[in-house]
Amino acid sequence: MLQETTEVAPRLKEPGEGLALALTATLKRDLVLMLRRRGEVLNPLVFFALVITLFPVGISPDPDLLALIAPGLLWVAALLAALLSLDSLFRSDFDDGSLEQLLLAPQPLAALTLAKVAVHWLLTGLPLALMAPILGIMLALPAGSYLVLAVSLALGSATLSLIGAIGAALTVGLARGGVLLSLLVLPLYIPVLIFGAGAVQAAIAGDSVSAHLAILGALLAAALMLAPWAIAASLRISING
Amino acid sequence: MSLRLQAQQLACERDDRWLFQGLDVDIHSGEVVRIEGPNGSGKTTLLKILSGQLSDYHGELYWNDQPMREVREHFLTNLLYLGHAPGVKTGLTALENLSWYQALDGQRGSESERLDALAIVGLAGFEDVPAGQLSAGQQRRIALARLTLTPRALWVLDEPFTAIDRHGVAALEAQLVAHANSGGCVIVTTHHELASSPALRRIELG
Repeated sequence: MLQETTEVAPRLKEPGEGLALALTATLKRDLVLMLRRRGEVLNPLVFFALVITLFPVGISPDPDLLALIAPGLLWVAALLAALLSLDSLFRSDFDDGSLEQLLLAPQPLAALTLAKVAVHWLLTGLPLALMAPILGIMLALPAGSYLVLAVSLALGSATLSLIGAIGAALTVGLARGGVLLSLLVLPLYIPVLIFGAGAVQAAIAGDSVSAHLAILGALLAAALMLAPWAIAASLRISING
Repeated sequence: MSLRLQAQQLACERDDRWLFQGLDVDIHSGEVVRIEGPNGSGKTTLLKILSGQLSDYHGELYWNDQPMREVREHFLTNLLYLGHAPGVKTGLTALENLSWYQALDGQRGSESERLDALAIVGLAGFEDVPAGQLSAGQQRRIALARLTLTPRALWVLDEPFTAIDRHGVAALEAQLVAHANSGGCVIVTTHHELASSPALRRIELG
């Protein structure tokens, strides 16, 4: 039962600090939530593993052929797996009203959304990058390219999470935004895919990979700078609708 | 301390229909303002405009006599909005839900504060139960615990009495009046009849 309380006179407060606190709390909250819904976290990883295991069965177990297509295949499968998990990024917050509260927090929304994207990357992009070398063995990926594969995926998937979050924010108000989301973000994913798969191919060919990785890094830096504002603006549009 | 929320010539159109037009609102500290009107008359929309969430409206909003867009951050620091959806994560316990709201507010807070706030809304003993296992009324009570936990001057509450039992309604009503009497301000929509009080004022829509 609600009890009556002695009210302390509320004072008008000045906007304060506390951004770091809000950021870590949001990060922690989303991590806890996702870890309690392990199925959702495992979904993209299982999808990734299934696609990669099916390819040798479907095409041919010939190691030379597989090694040729492995870099592109691993990258495409990881990209689609990351895309698969994007739709739910803001969905549950939108449904239960927490998104409204996030928008009304006296903290910069762009920074708070960055915390949510970071959680998405930590639980999707990073595990995908760590899994990829193991699946690479199945595709007879030549030795010496495993580290490059993991690094390029780790860098690239962070960009994918950031760009994807813009699409997720734009479509969160729609009942079935999944298809639209894919259409919106896939064109923006292509540069990441080209340079990511390119890095692995360069490593296999014995060329220098630093140029490819540098471009992936540059894409990530640009996305880190611009995407949070775009995500924040998209969320405001979605809430307005 | 005094606060003033003002709206001039407010108008909002939805699907080629004016929800309201030429609406002047002037709200001061010490008031409980009840927004009334039939279903679909734009109560929630008005609350969302007054809490700075919607931007497609006509008219001007002022916070303490300054245009809203210039003092938005100050306004948000002093606003507590509870919407239709309670904003409670079903995967988190009541304590975890509240600690996130405290952190958003920029406070670290302590566990005993949160326990006290939960006890006040009658959720003692349910602190560590995931909110998804609680009833709709209990979930709303978690959201209502924010009223005591994160003190703000202006409360904007959309149907706060939904799913709350009879005793709870009476206590919440008393809490609203107490907040107004101590210099705060409450804007509320409800179909529930509020007991008359000198602080109570009505805005009729539709």
